Order: sequence, then C-alpha cells, then structure tokens
Amino acid sequence: MLRFALKRLLSLAATLWVASLIIFLSLEIVPGDPAAFMLGMNAQEDTLNALREELGLNQGPLQRYLGWVGGMLVGDFGTSYTYRTPVAEMILERVQVSLPLALYALTLSTVIAFPAGIWAASRRGRAADVTVMGLTQLGVAIPNFWFAMLMVLVFAINLRWFNAGGFAGWDAGFFPAMKSLTLPAIALALPQASILARVMRSSLLDTLSEDFIRTARAKGLTRAQALWRHALRNALIPVLTIIGLQFAFLLAGAIIIENVFFLPGLGRLVFQAISARDLIVVESVVMLLVFAVVLVNFVVDLAYAAVDPRLRGQK
Amino acid sequence: MSRNLVLGAVLSAVFVLAALISFAWVPYDVTQMDITNKIKPPSPAHPLGTDHFGRDILSMIMVGARTSIAVALVAVGIGMGLGVPLGLAAAAKKGGWLDELIMRANDLVFAFPSLLIAIMITAVFGASAINAIIAIGIFNIPVFARLTRSGALSLWTRDFVLAARVAGKGATRISVEHILPNVTNLLIVQGTIQFSLGILAEAGLSYVGLGAQPPTPSWGRMLADSQTMVSFAPHMALFPGLAILLTVLGLNLMGDGLRDRFDPKLQRARQ
Repeated sequence: MLRFALKRLLSLAATLWVASLIIFLSLEIVPGDPAAFMLGMNAQEDTLNALREELGLNQGPLQRYLGWVGGMLVGDFGTSYTYRTPVAEMILERVQVSLPLALYALTLSTVIAFPAGIWAASRRGRAADVTVMGLTQLGVAIPNFWFAMLMVLVFAINLRWFNAGGFAGWDAGFFPAMKSLTLPAIALALPQASILARVMRSSLLDTLSEDFIRTARAKGLTRAQALWRHALRNALIPVLTIIGLQFAFLLAGAIIIENVFFLPGLGRLVFQAISARDLIVVESVVMLLVFAVVLVNFVVDLAYAAVDPRLRGQK
Repeated sequence: MSRNLVLGAVLSAVFVLAALISFAWVPYDVTQMDITNKIKPPSPAHPLGTDHFGRDILSMIMVGARTSIAVALVAVGIGMGLGVPLGLAAAAKKGGWLDELIMRANDLVFAFPSLLIAIMITAVFGASAINAIIAIGIFNIPVFARLTRSGALSLWTRDFVLAARVAGKGATRISVEHILPNVTNLLIVQGTIQFSLGILAEAGLSYVGLGAQPPTPSWGRMLADSQTMVSFAPHMALFPGLAILLTVLGLNLMGDGLRDRFDPKLQRARQ
C-alpha cells in the first residue's frame, strides 16, 4: 500500500511540474505587454521600464518561472498586476464562493442521483426506469446556463423567491449566503446528477447480475434485501470515481454559471484577469485548479486501493 | 432499429437540414436590422418572433446551426484525426516509450479543467470560431487516443492479428488493415457523443463572448443577448436554448442507439 501511494505521489508531482511548464510557456506567448496595458498608450518609456522592473518583467523567462514556482511552494502566488494585491489573498476570497458552490452542487447532485439511479435499476424496464432514463437524457442535453436563465425567469423574476444574481457574502449570515448560491448550485447540479444517476443505475445493474447476488437470493433474501445489503456497496466504485471527477469539474467549470449569476468566484476571476492581461493571476489560479483536480484524483485512487487490494498492483 | 436511434437520427437530421437549407434560403436576411419590428413575440410573419434588432429568430437559428455544427464537427475531426493514429501507435507498441508518453500526455490533458483552458485559448489567441474549434478539438484528442488504444489492445491478442503477423505484415499495416476497421464502431459512437459535447461547449463559449463573433449568428450568443431581456421577451431565450437542447438530445439518443446496435453482447441477446 505504501509503495502504491509513493508511486502515485511521484506521478502526481511529475504531472504538476509538466502542467506548470505548459501554463507558464503558453502565457509567455500571449501578445501584449502587461506594463503597456496597465499604463495606457501614452506612457513614457522610462515609466514603462520602471513598472516592468517592479513587476519583475525584465528578468529572463527561466528566472521568472523559477520565481513563480518557488513562490507558490511557500504560498506566495505573486502580486496582481492590475489590483496590486497579493494573488493569494484574491484566491482566498474567491474560494469562499467557489468551494461552497461546488460542494453545494455536488451534494444536490448526489442526493438526486442516488435515489433516482437505485430506483431505476430496481425497476429495470418498467415505467419508473423509462421515466428516470428519459429525464436524465434531458438533463445531460440541457445547456446549464440556459437552464439557469429559465430558473431566473421563473424563481427570481416571476415568483421573487430568489435574487437574480450576486452573492450575499458570508457576513450576511449562512442562510442568506447559501440562498444566493441555490439557483447556481441547482443549475450546476442538474447535468451532473443526470450523469451520476445513469452511472449508478448501470453499475447497479451490472452488480445485480453477478453470481454473489444469485447466491444471496438463493439464501432466501428478497430482491430488495439483496440490493441494499450486497449489491449497492459493490456498485459504488464507479460512482465514486465520477463523484471525484465531478467535484474537480465543478470547482473549475462553474465559470459560465458564475457569469450568469454574477458570482465572484474563481472562474470569474480568471475570466476578468485574462481580459485585463493580468497574467500572474491567470497562471496562479489555473495552476491551483490543476492542483485541485490532480489531488482529488490522487485521493480517489488511494481510497480505492484502500478498499480494494486488487487495484494496488495495477498500473 | 431502436426507438432511440430513430428519434435521435430524426432530431439531428432536422438541425443538419436547417443548417444546409440556410445556405440556399432563409425566411429573412439575418444581417438586416428591422427596428420597427424589434422584440416581437411569435406571429405568422415571424414564427419564432424577432430579437432586439428586429431580426427573425427562426432565420438566426437556422444560420446559427451552421456555426454550431461546423465548430463541433471540425473539433471531432481534429480529435479523431490526431487521436486515432496516436492510439493505434500506442497499442502497437504496448509499454514502449511512445505508449507511455501518449498515456501520460492523456492524463495531463485530463488534469486541466477543460472549459477553463478553452476560455484561456480563445482569450489568448482572440475570440473567434476557429479558436473555439481548436480549444474544443484539443480536448477530443486524448478521448479518441485512449478509446482507440484500449479497443486496439484487446484486438492485438486475437488470432487473426497473429495470422497477419505470420503472413509477414508489419505493425503499421496490421493497425490500418485489421485493427482500425474493428474499432470503427467504437469511434462512431464516441464521435456522436463528442459531437454533442462540442455543440454544448461551443454554445457556452459563444455565450461568454468567446465563440463566433457578430454578425455571425450563434446559438450561445443569441442566449447571451437575450439575458437582459428575458423578463419581457422570454421567446428570445426560449428558442435558441431549445435548439441546443434538441440537437444535443438527438445526438445523444443516436449515440446510445448506435452503441446498442453495435454491441455484440446485446445483439446476441436479441437473436
């Protein structure tokens, strides 16, 4: 188990290193000088130079790369070109929106998908199954930002149950803050729940056709007992993989939904930073998100290996 | 033929046809503004209503279908064109440096949040339909490489491949003549799914202003335009969204139907 963990940790480090190189190099070739962008067209050459010096833009690429990576390792993400504040602070502020939103959406998705998937699998081929599968087809196909707009129309504009956008902030209290995240979380959760319900159903159906379920039935368990006591636990592995992937996706993939609801999250931060040529912010946030994705996958892998020893030997 | 396949094929065909017809004929010119007729609800003259510039929404959806379909189709082409040869090569020399490199590169691409990178690419190189294609296409490459590799790996152990080797065929020839035809079904099914994901991605990118630029109509852009007017002109938001929904639904149903049709296990069960 320890060997497996070390091996995975090594490949995690390698992935992050290559990712940092790619991110750095791809932003190196971005046209436009951040200093010129900040000071406008009429800036004097010496003012520009002074600013480049201050931002460290006069150093060579290698020095800047090492400075960037070295800084991140000790929690220093650099200083934003446009806001002149430490990037770490900006990220911390935005994470307070993005992380709860991702968790909220993931919870909703799981709470919807589990019963739906189990119900469909236990009534395979019958009306319940067909209905659930039909709904999940719709859920996968619906563009979530469009669904978000329709929800705003119904629940914010017509019924006035929610605000059409914006984030109340955690200072306003837990419930007002969660309330402003509710419509975005539903919009994000809908396609995820549909995918998860389908995975849950097919994994459960696979497990239900295995020999040990037949044995359990032969022992005298009812279909429902066999499902709840034996099949469900065994069917969870692929479901957990998808949940891991979805969490990573929700953290970074909320960018469009954040735009619909004007939420100050990480995705919106990157979006604004790109248009302002604030490259250090873009680099650091993208790197952080890649780190989050890789870390979640690493944890999921370890969790499997802990649960199922057969997986440790595999590549 | 399964119900899914028929329904999916019909839905997809409707939008492909709409796109094709739009080259020859549209009810109204989509570049022509008609301010006297702006934001009109559906009527006999404009079956889906008009937008804030008085443009006919049906015509916009027809022309927008071109953008969506073209972007998604070319992105699938990029993914298949590069991913399939890579996957075949990786499987031919399993465990070799090329295999290792391709698989690691795959893991790497999957570690990047795709939408974020797509937004980065279009923002860095400029917002345009071409850059949207590249951004979506890049993420299709590992999907097809991985699928081809796993399909090909199981084929390399089969007797007919052994026979081909005994007959003196090289790895490249075997890959092209024997492996590729046998993974085609897998590729078609995955291609349909990536196509529908491409349409969703294109809609998302043009919604945030990073896809096709005006005056080229696109479904995502129509939704973005309608956002501030949704309270008094819901039809402006409703129809482009339905167009995306139905196209993606059609492609997904078709993918499911094709998978059932191609799956030998299911076919045996049917016989």
